[in-house]
Amino acid sequence: MSAGSDAAPRGATRRRIPRLAVIATAAGAFAGLFGVGGGTIIVPLLALWFGYSQREATGTSLAAIVVIGALGAAAQAVYGNVDVWHGVLVALPGMAGVLAGTAVQQRLPERAVAAAFIVLLLGSAAVLIL
Amino acid sequence: MHAVDWIGLLVLAFAGGMTGGLLGVGGAVLFVPALVVFADQSQLGAEASSLLAMVLVSLVGTWRQAGYGNVRMGDAIVIGLLSPLGVLGGVVLANAVSERTLELSFAAVQLYFAARLARIVAFPRTARSASVQSSGDPRRPDRGP
Repeated sequence: MSAGSDAAPRGATRRRIPRLAVIATAAGAFAGLFGVGGGTIIVPLLALWFGYSQREATGTSLAAIVVIGALGAAAQAVYGNVDVWHGVLVALPGMAGVLAGTAVQQRLPERAVAAAFIVLLLGSAAVLIL
Repeated sequence: MHAVDWIGLLVLAFAGGMTGGLLGVGGAVLFVPALVVFADQSQLGAEASSLLAMVLVSLVGTWRQAGYGNVRMGDAIVIGLLSPLGVLGGVVLANAVSERTLELSFAAVQLYFAARLARIVAFPRTARSASVQSSGDPRRPDRGP
């Protein structure tokens, strides 16, 4: 639950904030562009730049997505693109799914979670390209 | 919507939520195709509606992950609070650039990250040490998957 300032020297913290800002801006742009939360940006960069474990990257990404998703939904609503009924329709089974997914994740090795994330990236890219 | 559409949408939405809990991506990767294929929404409409679903799903996921001690709330808040410029810029782009261009650019970024993560999975110590040292974060230099 730390923000990076507890044990890190001041210079390291100064380098940390700009990188978090880059992650935030890129994730926010993807949220606005594709209607996704930016998790495919946040999770890999937290792992690659800050050495997060896969589980920490997952949990922290979800928390950030709450804010990013709310801002993206509000901005899309200005354009009249948000259908509340359809949003709630997918959210209800989605909430059941996230409970199941979180529980399963705690029982898997870190490398298995990372490998699953790679498969997700490849599958999603293939769908978009085809 | 026919019965088959309802079943398809519910299954994909559940899978999207499960993907979110498992991988931290919010689930929209599956929410969007679920709405396009089974609810006859346009790509842009599905993306917008899925953002609303994602907020609710991610709230539940954050609550559970925090219970397992996996949420670094400080970094999450920094990322969330610094994202508005990116969000607003992205929404403007979505209404100005062709859908195909957006799809291909998103795919390219996903493939790049897949390659970088695959290196960490295959060579955990070497790849992660190099990445973290270059990030300037001295607290976690040796932590591997």
